[in-house]
Amino acid sequence: MRDTLSVLPLTVTDLVFAAGGRPLVDGIGFTLPKGGLTVLIGPNGSGKSLTLRLCHGLLTPTSGVVSWAAADGVVGGVKRHAMVFQKPVMLRRSARANMLHALAAFGLSRSERATRCAEALERFGLAGLAERPARLMSGGEQQRLAIARAWALRPQVLFLDEPTSQLDPGATRQIEEMLMALRGEGMTLVMATHDMGQARRLADRVLFLNRGRLGEDAAAAPFFAGPASPEARAFIAGDLVW
Amino acid sequence: MDISQSFAAAIGLILGGDPAFLAIVGLSLTVTLSAVAIAALIGLPLGALLALARFPGRGAVIVLVNALMGLPPVVAGLLVFLLLSRSGPLGPLGLLFTPTAMVAAQTLLVLPIVIAITRQLTEDLHGEYREHLASIGLTGISAIPTLLWDGRFALATAILAGFGRASAEVGAVLIVGGNIAGYTRTMTTAIALETSKGDLPLALGLGIVLILLTLAINAVTYGASRVGARFAG
Ligand SMILES: Nc1ncnc2c1ncn2[C@@H]1O[C@H](COP(=O)(O)OP(=O)(O)O)[C@@H](O)[C@H]1O
Ligand SMILES: [Mg+2]
Repeated sequence: MRDTLSVLPLTVTDLVFAAGGRPLVDGIGFTLPKGGLTVLIGPNGSGKSLTLRLCHGLLTPTSGVVSWAAADGVVGGVKRHAMVFQKPVMLRRSARANMLHALAAFGLSRSERATRCAEALERFGLAGLAERPARLMSGGEQQRLAIARAWALRPQVLFLDEPTSQLDPGATRQIEEMLMALRGEGMTLVMATHDMGQARRLADRVLFLNRGRLGEDAAAAPFFAGPASPEARAFIAGDLVW
Repeated sequence: MDISQSFAAAIGLILGGDPAFLAIVGLSLTVTLSAVAIAALIGLPLGALLALARFPGRGAVIVLVNALMGLPPVVAGLLVFLLLSRSGPLGPLGLLFTPTAMVAAQTLLVLPIVIAITRQLTEDLHGEYREHLASIGLTGISAIPTLLWDGRFALATAILAGFGRASAEVGAVLIVGGNIAGYTRTMTTAIALETSKGDLPLALGLGIVLILLTLAINAVTYGASRVGARFAG
């Protein structure tokens, strides 16, 4: 049962999100084709999280358009994009119940829920933790569960907002390996990070944000070899631009 | 009879299984449990709705509900009395001085507690869960079942608090029940009456049962919060 209908490409045009009369996301535009890992990089407060939320439909743009190949990124009544947050949102239930809850919200049958849940717990190395209250798990385990929970929903696109920013290097590496495996299987990933090293390790493409604007949209290799804009150069050099 | 003799007689009443004594305890529990059940049935969804809904005057409603938590039982009794009295709007139902009227009055006492605490808990939980729930398609009122379930231990505490308030109050059931022996006489109204009449053993016996009940409520509340803490992490 391969995906016959793709929600991609995603086309973002002149995206603006303003609060208190101040544009926080200011005229961003890009096209996201199928496959690969796109990194949204930029200093704190540059609008990475807002951009992801706008794309995922959690926020309504002040102006501009987020346009999927299938309306709202929904195919056959099923939303085909998912999101993992910086601070994993864990329900006050076991790891398994967290997973089953999301699957139930997607309207899946009981047997389908059980199958997908077992599959996801297994794949992300959580089978042994299935009955643990999710909020008692370590930060790394929680984020793994959040990714597994999103994966179980079979998204074509997975948005990740700094998924490793609160994790130690070991847990970070685990998550990065999982993301590379997902990319290898054809899932399209869009990840915000302000960690330059992580961007270098994972990115196929870089969207550099600065003060709510898209400073640069480039393939990863040329971007890291020498970004076109002075702001991006300063950012790479470690001089955060504010 | 001195105090120690009264105590001995009271213990005798409790252990002896005196039918009149048991009837009073039974009626009290029935009335209060019914009131709490009705208040929970109405208050949980209403509190959750108040947490999620945005409408003009919402702040005023929240302040009002919070204030009603402190509604004096005699005033709750008076309000229900006015509704049910022969010339009141619900007078024709003939419910005044019946256990049903007592349930109504106690429901009025418990409801604001359930609504107010549910509103606060659901709102806090929603703040934390909102984005994830929206991400998986649970927006608006479709988020309520998740929030109530995840708040279940804290909500149980709210309901037990309501139970504690209702089982301890005397004013409301006295006004709308009338303290009729064998019909609307509860533990608290009996204590009030028997103490003034000088029947200390009965008053003391019922008082001891009330204290044990309060202890039991608090033990269950403590247990619920302990189990809840396990899941809250
Ligand atoms: N709902 C909001 N209302 C007002 N300002 C916001 C809101 N969300 C974010 N901001 C502000 O917008 C800017 C960009 O935020 P964000 O996208 O979270 O940045 P990043 O993820 O790149 O660190 C920040 O200055 C932040 O304080
Ligand atoms: Mg951010």
